[in-house]
Amino acid sequence: MSRVDGYGRIDRSRTVTVTVDGTAYTGHPGDTVASVLLAHGARPQNSSVKYGRPRGIGAAWTEDPVGLVQVEEPFPEPMLLAATVEATDGLVVRGVAGQGRLAEVPDTARYDRKHTHCDVLVVGAGPAGLVAARAAARAGRSVVLVDDRSAAGGTLTGTETIDGRPSLEFVADTVAELAALGVVHLQRTTAFGHYDDGFVLALERRGESARTRQRVHRIRAGRVVVAAGAIERPIAFEDNDRPGVVLAASARDLLHRHGVLAGREVVVFTSDDAAYAAAADLADAGASVRVLDARERAPQAGRRRCEERGVPVETGTLVHGTRGEDRVTAAVVGPDRREVPCDLLLVSGGWNPAAHLASHVGGSLVYDPVIGAFRPAELPPGVTVVGAANGTFALADVLREAGGPEAPVAPAQEWPEPTLVLWRTPGDPARQFVDIARDATVADVERAVGAGMSHPEHVKRYTTIGTAHDQGKTSGIIALGIIAELTGRPIQEVGTTTARPPYTPVAFAALAGRERGDLFDPVRTTALHAWHVAAGAEFEDVGQWQRARHYPRAGEDMTAAVLRECAAVRTSVGIMDASTLGKIDVRGPDAPVLLDRLYTNLMSSLKVGRVRYGVMCGNDGMVFDDGTVLRLAEDRYLVTTTTGNAAAVLDRMEEWLQTEWPDLRVRLTSVTEQWSIAAVAGPRSRDVIGAVFPGVDVSAEAFGFTTWQDTSLDGVPVRLARISFSGELAFEVTVSSPYAPALWERLVEAGAPYGITPYGTETMHVLRAEKGYPIIGQDTDGTVSPHDLGMAWAVSTKKDDFVGKRSYARAENRNPLRKQLVSLLPTDGATKLPEGSQIVAHCDDGRLPPAPVPMLGHVTSSYHSAALARPFALALVKGGRERLGEVVHVPVGDELVAARIGESVLVDPEGARRDG
Amino acid sequence: MTAGTSAPNTAPKPPGADLPEHPDHLWRDAEPKKAYDVVIVGGGGHGLATAHYLAKLGITNVAVLEKGWLAGGNMARNTTLIRSNYLWDESAGIYERALELWEGLEEDLDYPILFSQRGVLNLAHTEQDVRDSVRRVEANKLNGIDAEWLGPDEVAKVCPIVNVSSDIRYPVQGATFQPRAGIAKHDYVAWGFARRASEAGIDIIQDCEVTGFVTGGSGADRVTGVRTTRGTIAAGTVALCAAGHTSTLLDMLGVRAPLQSHPLQALVSELLEPVHPTIVMSNAVHVYVSQAHKGELVMGAGVDSYNGYGQRGAFHVIERQMAAAVELFPVFARAHLLRSWAGIVDVTPDASPIIGHTPYENVFLNCGWGTGGFKATPGLGWAFADTLAHGRPHPLVAPFGLDRFVSGALVDEHGAAAVAH
Amino acid sequence: MQLITCPWCGPREEIEFSYGGQAGVAYPEHPASLTDEQWAHFVFFRDNPKGPFAERWSHNAGCRRWFTAVRDTRTYRFLSSPTSNPELTS
Repeated sequence: MSRVDGYGRIDRSRTVTVTVDGTAYTGHPGDTVASVLLAHGARPQNSSVKYGRPRGIGAAWTEDPVGLVQVEEPFPEPMLLAATVEATDGLVVRGVAGQGRLAEVPDTARYDRKHTHCDVLVVGAGPAGLVAARAAARAGRSVVLVDDRSAAGGTLTGTETIDGRPSLEFVADTVAELAALGVVHLQRTTAFGHYDDGFVLALERRGESARTRQRVHRIRAGRVVVAAGAIERPIAFEDNDRPGVVLAASARDLLHRHGVLAGREVVVFTSDDAAYAAAADLADAGASVRVLDARERAPQAGRRRCEERGVPVETGTLVHGTRGEDRVTAAVVGPDRREVPCDLLLVSGGWNPAAHLASHVGGSLVYDPVIGAFRPAELPPGVTVVGAANGTFALADVLREAGGPEAPVAPAQEWPEPTLVLWRTPGDPARQFVDIARDATVADVERAVGAGMSHPEHVKRYTTIGTAHDQGKTSGIIALGIIAELTGRPIQEVGTTTARPPYTPVAFAALAGRERGDLFDPVRTTALHAWHVAAGAEFEDVGQWQRARHYPRAGEDMTAAVLRECAAVRTSVGIMDASTLGKIDVRGPDAPVLLDRLYTNLMSSLKVGRVRYGVMCGNDGMVFDDGTVLRLAEDRYLVTTTTGNAAAVLDRMEEWLQTEWPDLRVRLTSVTEQWSIAAVAGPRSRDVIGAVFPGVDVSAEAFGFTTWQDTSLDGVPVRLARISFSGELAFEVTVSSPYAPALWERLVEAGAPYGITPYGTETMHVLRAEKGYPIIGQDTDGTVSPHDLGMAWAVSTKKDDFVGKRSYARAENRNPLRKQLVSLLPTDGATKLPEGSQIVAHCDDGRLPPAPVPMLGHVTSSYHSAALARPFALALVKGGRERLGEVVHVPVGDELVAARIGESVLVDPEGARRDG
Repeated sequence: MTAGTSAPNTAPKPPGADLPEHPDHLWRDAEPKKAYDVVIVGGGGHGLATAHYLAKLGITNVAVLEKGWLAGGNMARNTTLIRSNYLWDESAGIYERALELWEGLEEDLDYPILFSQRGVLNLAHTEQDVRDSVRRVEANKLNGIDAEWLGPDEVAKVCPIVNVSSDIRYPVQGATFQPRAGIAKHDYVAWGFARRASEAGIDIIQDCEVTGFVTGGSGADRVTGVRTTRGTIAAGTVALCAAGHTSTLLDMLGVRAPLQSHPLQALVSELLEPVHPTIVMSNAVHVYVSQAHKGELVMGAGVDSYNGYGQRGAFHVIERQMAAAVELFPVFARAHLLRSWAGIVDVTPDASPIIGHTPYENVFLNCGWGTGGFKATPGLGWAFADTLAHGRPHPLVAPFGLDRFVSGALVDEHGAAAVAH
Repeated sequence: MQLITCPWCGPREEIEFSYGGQAGVAYPEHPASLTDEQWAHFVFFRDNPKGPFAERWSHNAGCRRWFTAVRDTRTYRFLSSPTSNPELTS
């Protein structure tokens, strides 16, 4: 056991058991998997991605390039760092050999999002973040403070002094003051992405047993203060990938957070002052420590502290390599390659500011040769970087920089020694690992540069450096340094790769939040939905709407049900829920002008009380939508749209009105949800309507086709309109949605003597297709003009202009080979052509010619027809109306099905049935 | 590699061990000469492929000008999908030619581009999706392109991790499948073309941004040279292969084209054991995803709505993408987003590229590929090189001229509900 | 994700808005008198600058009103206060 009494912020009164690679280890609440393993002198059974070399734990937090584990229990999660997985009882993990494993069963944990707005967001609750948050909160700002670790304090270990007190007391007091000031303070919360205008995403890990496992905070802040600290920089030497080679500050962190001494015989290899604190603390905790400082002079204070503890310090000394098998047993030191036995080799090459969040929003970086790292330069408005993230490392300076006038004070560092910027020591470049996570060595960088690559992005892509789970947190700068060395250019000129979100990996499910299943996209149902469900309807998705597709009876498949429903409408009466049609109230003195400009036909000439079918096109002249237009008053229309296009039509109408013709006095209001529509269709529909509305004269003379009338039922206003999408006598009955179920029941009851049959969208499609009425979006695809649909009659020749008109004069619109809507009757009278089938010229030998085979068009709609007692189809065919009567072939599977082109209207072309 | 031999290694071969070694030499970083027969503006995939196929035609007095680092634009940022199952004959022609070339590209370039034909499923979620899918499959077959329509059960056989149950918001009704579709390693493709072009004597010039054009001379409708940050370079023919930056070049020439540049985001997960054997795309539940050789899931997100040259997009687009991914692939729940980024895609009104003549007789245009550029790379390079060599559009690119917006003869790939990307 | 200032509602999240592309492209007064090329330019051709761009936005999930704003397409930053002047929103 390497647990040291008196150290660590763990709860030693309780134990947890975690299983790693099949072995159970005991730890304490407050531990991580890494600290538990190191407490037992163990490591995860990892091997490296390319060479299969053993890997241990290289750091105590997210910068660790190697200590990956696969979580197996309580739920599989791939590729987490042992250093970041909190030790919980029953946790089962194993080492990773390069790839993680996904669960085979769905994750039932809950993930959600929370929106927060604040004046100031502080990222990082180390000394810089705490005092920055305190300063802002004291100034009356609303403040959010997030920090990725389990407790505030950052790199403070308790050995420092702030305002004359032990630093952790200062941390506790400050946390309490922030709470009193109303600061939203979230630990275990990683700010992982920073977007424009102070928008920061932060992932809160709430624990496996919490109702919400993880929560993404979407924080919009007036100012973002990045106080995310710095990442210690390693130095590359031979076999620096061997387990037991650890960042110096991480060993100190493990000791002070978890009470774990990561080694007993410690060599500290440094080119920086900070590692002396690690040397002293580990010696205090009982380790035998030796410091090898690459610099010619050791810092005075550090040397003194070492001398006090009997820790030898050698200056001007380099580690060249390591010895050992599964873990380090000795450091290879100096040009004479003497072996210094050790079970822990700590490395510190200085510090890299963790300014990633500033870079996410376009903050620039500048190379600072004094610290050997890039630090923030120009920042976008509203972004501040303080403390180590800004390249300010000494505690006294950090507090001053972050705290403003009320900054706490810490003793200045005595006689600091400048950092020696050292990317690697002399040795075999093929054994010096730059990116341990990717098994990429100095030799790989040399090869890349030798191959002609000079840009760091090229080297990164050639070597894969910086692409692993840690995104190069420790390796990126070393790679740049070595590229600079090899190409003889200053680092600033070599440039950097760009930091991209996320700062640390985030589970897909956390980002998906609750937008799953029915919450993935809203489900819209009509006021009559419950009735359809009770009637056994099958539904289809039409846009966000669920529409009843058909109502199968016992033993019926869809074909049978639809044939029955169709026959009912053609012979008696059927009823359909048409409430999903888009409805737009168009009101104002200039409403007729607006509609004349938007529809291809005239709407200003429509008389009050009448209904007209209309087609709307885009500027390109292609059909965009269609529907009926009711004139309610001189200054008021009700426009209906297709179900899927309702929002788009309203948007487009608003766009024209507001941006092109703001002079028109018109207001547009969506009333889709407000009004429900029951379509009652069939020769007996008059009887049904007459029975429910005895006060209305429903005779053909008194209530003509394409007219509407207002009436009421038990005092509830109802609108009746004679509109037919089936060619049959038909009425549309409109009522305020809350009354729709009652009205529907009354209609069904009144229709009972005639066997009134509820029908769904499929039957509606068949009935309209028999009449050659197109469905926009099914029989059109954005490349079809009204003329192509045979609807020249709906295109006004009287109007000077309307949207799309000019495009009809283009060359392509006069092309005789444009596709036109026609019917297609399989000559065998039996085959139902699959919708989407392509059409080719008749192959006289009954075989397709070799590819490519010219195509004439495709089948847009295809059904069995009860009325025709045969299958039929609608199709878009090149020059189709010139080909009436022609027999073409339709490849279906391996067969060629012959079909005859005909007029698009197949049932009742004279229109005799519409008046019943 | 010595690092590998020093350690005992009895474990099964780790996944990264199979990645190919790159050649010791890739390309010569050239200094610009005073004049070239052909100057290609844009050192991305299309520019480099065009250079390679020009060399095959014996035209090697060529410069490829790249304003930044070679192949550092969309070539370095795309999700590497390759397929040819487009609806219209015109699109099918160029993409299928590209796919044929992809199938021989590793040999042609003598470079391990990791071309892996694993098939693509384009999912259908609504009745209309089904109609559109069948329509495209049937058109593909008649054009000689491998394609089939699969029901939900067959989809699950091809890709067992797709949720084909009815408990999702938009259940899978089926899918089109193109078995010959695949992925390749984008950087390697670019470097392979660059190496070949460089070997043939073509000058690859990085950090060389075009700042203007020299017109006049023998006629006002000719360009005689390009002005760059590294001096003026005389050019016999100029080929524009600048993708999202094309409008900037055309503005210098006073030429208009219907292009809008938008951010398009993409992302990767960490390395995962193989779970996803193919490529899956869905328009309704917007997602497209494959698993690359090292094991990472590679996904494309939607195009950001606004014009932008920032190579970054908005986060809600990523969130929506993740929701779609987890909806369709429940096993992805605890995969991790490792990195996201954005490219700049140049989008046209009909979602088809613009290739061919400009008002300047010796300036040729290749742009507007939107999300389709990578998969077309060799096909476009091949046909565009021929176009430049003969001074007229190759038949495969002829339907994509700028004049189609005047005549109305669009190649409307999104109107026809074809699948983007 | 940006914060976009709606001239009527104030700053709101980007997802509440829909994009309308280049501003100031007016519908031609007499489309019939245009050549095919002029008409094509109106229908399909829009500027695509790298830099400041006057463009239209609609506060679609809010007040549903259109406005014009100048934004830098390199940085995505809005450069001007959006204007509600309908003369400028066409």
